[in-house]
Amino acid sequence: MARIVLNRLGQFAVILLIASFLLFAVTEFSPGNVASKILGPYALESQVRALSDRLGLDDPLLIRYLRWLGMLVGLVPNELGGPATGLGLSDPRGAQYFGNFGFSLMQGRPILDVLADRFGHTVTLTVWAIGLTVPISLCLGVLAGMTQGSLLDRIISVATVSLTSLPEFVVAVLLIFVFAASLGWLPGTSPLDPGDRWSVASQLVLPVAVLVIASSAYVTRIVRSSVVDTLAQPFVRTARLKGLAPMRVALLHVLRNAMIAPVTVILLQINWILTGVVVVEAIFAYPGIGRLMLEAALFGDIYLIQALTLIALSVAVTTQFLGDLAYVLLDPRIRVA
Amino acid sequence: MTAGANRTAKPARTGLLARLRGSRLLRSRSATVGLAILIFWLVVAIGAPWIAPYDPTAIDFAASADPSPSAAHWLGTDVLGRDLLSRIIFGARTTFLVIPLSVFSAFLVGAVAGMAGAWYGGWTDTILARAGDVMLAFPALVLYIILITTFGPSLWNIVIAVTLTYAPGVARLMRGQVLAVKGLEYVLAARAAGESPIYIMAAEILPNVGTPLIVDLCLRTGYAVILVGTLGFLGLGLPPPTPDWGGMVVEGVNLMTIYPHIALLPAAAVTSVVVACNLLADGFRETAR
Repeated sequence: MARIVLNRLGQFAVILLIASFLLFAVTEFSPGNVASKILGPYALESQVRALSDRLGLDDPLLIRYLRWLGMLVGLVPNELGGPATGLGLSDPRGAQYFGNFGFSLMQGRPILDVLADRFGHTVTLTVWAIGLTVPISLCLGVLAGMTQGSLLDRIISVATVSLTSLPEFVVAVLLIFVFAASLGWLPGTSPLDPGDRWSVASQLVLPVAVLVIASSAYVTRIVRSSVVDTLAQPFVRTARLKGLAPMRVALLHVLRNAMIAPVTVILLQINWILTGVVVVEAIFAYPGIGRLMLEAALFGDIYLIQALTLIALSVAVTTQFLGDLAYVLLDPRIRVA
Repeated sequence: MTAGANRTAKPARTGLLARLRGSRLLRSRSATVGLAILIFWLVVAIGAPWIAPYDPTAIDFAASADPSPSAAHWLGTDVLGRDLLSRIIFGARTTFLVIPLSVFSAFLVGAVAGMAGAWYGGWTDTILARAGDVMLAFPALVLYIILITTFGPSLWNIVIAVTLTYAPGVARLMRGQVLAVKGLEYVLAARAAGESPIYIMAAEILPNVGTPLIVDLCLRTGYAVILVGTLGFLGLGLPPPTPDWGGMVVEGVNLMTIYPHIALLPAAAVTSVVVACNLLADGFRETAR
């Protein structure tokens, strides 16, 4: 058992390492590009050269990647800060510390500070979204699956199929249209400004609702089909023929076995929610790291993009690992093998 | 002789063309509706210059004072006074250029990788599977953002991002399908007859593993429509003057209280294409039973 876990852990660590190298290789594809991105469009050729030399941008890609990783874990100093480069970038923590992502060019501050401002907001958003998606889709999925073919099942199925066809930005636009523009019950933007005439809680409702609607439709479908599949298994028939109470069959025999597939899907859904977060934060002007990623992409803030995409990658790989692990832990047949 | 024996040993052909030609697909209501919607948009996209009443970038200053639908502009105009109907019609062109290109390229790469992995096994299979695992770690949007940081937003970067994010899934599906039929008599017969692996895969295996692949194709096309719409919505899509449904939605969001049609109509257009793809997938799934 421990061996399986360690083996998977190793595999995912390698995947993360390779993926992060690809991420670095693409963003720092051409060294001249990096220096001119830092200095802006009006920099002189000589300035670009000088900065390239100082940062060692002409070194081989692998060396630059290792230096970047070293900087991140605090083994290598960041050469960009301090008065020598003349960019006015400075970091109170010094040039060398764990979690040093470098500087945000857009904001002229250390990336760790930029992240600190925004990270909590996104955590709030995702925790609410996942916290509501899981119970809602489990209840609806189990209800629909248990009463397969009934009116209730058909209503739930049609609703979830239609909702999965809606892009999340369309869901957001519709919700804004109904609840903000037409009814005026909720704010259409969520800057989380305490001085706003809307309370912070009311600003959270629509962004969370978009994420919950878009992702619970999909998870509900998975739960439903998993319950339907489990109900058709011979062991369920045996339990029924044995004369067990229907409730007992449902809770002990069906649900336990029907949860294996959805757990993996729910964990992978976290990854999806992170993409949805970018969309939702952009629409509602929500000050989280999703919108930050978008701003960084539009600005060309290369170090901030590296930091944010590395975080997104780590979350994606970690949830895939946990999904794999849950699958192994929940299914005794795999656990023994 | 061998060719004849092959043919009789083979299960009924279930390839794309045979399915479209046969009326079985059209007997499914969801497939008919889905297909009708897609054909409608395809005709609109191809005939855009002749169908559209106005140039999609032409600005009507008089209309921009009141963008509501009128006799001159049936669906109204956007904030700048550009005819909304014409923009939606030309937006179909953008969608029907980007989507087929990127989905086709994803399926080409994925199917070839999946078939090669299943056929050759061993190291080829392991390396392809690991490469797929690495690519699956990148959410599509994140991958695209990484690409445009260096290369700037363009049609080809959308195609590359979609290809890299969808190909691993297609490859996994294809690999499983090929492994399932690899040992069947008709494949063995073709091998015994000395056919080349490429011929066997293209002419013998591909037509017989078609259905799950076509269902997957329809579903992924739907996802791609959502993704491309989302990129446009986020301002990361094709550069502004090109009418693009996702981009049109975002232009209208701020005016939702007064002129909701500016955002809602292009949103409905995107949704209709996604719904059509999902209906078509359902149709193929039904006829496969």
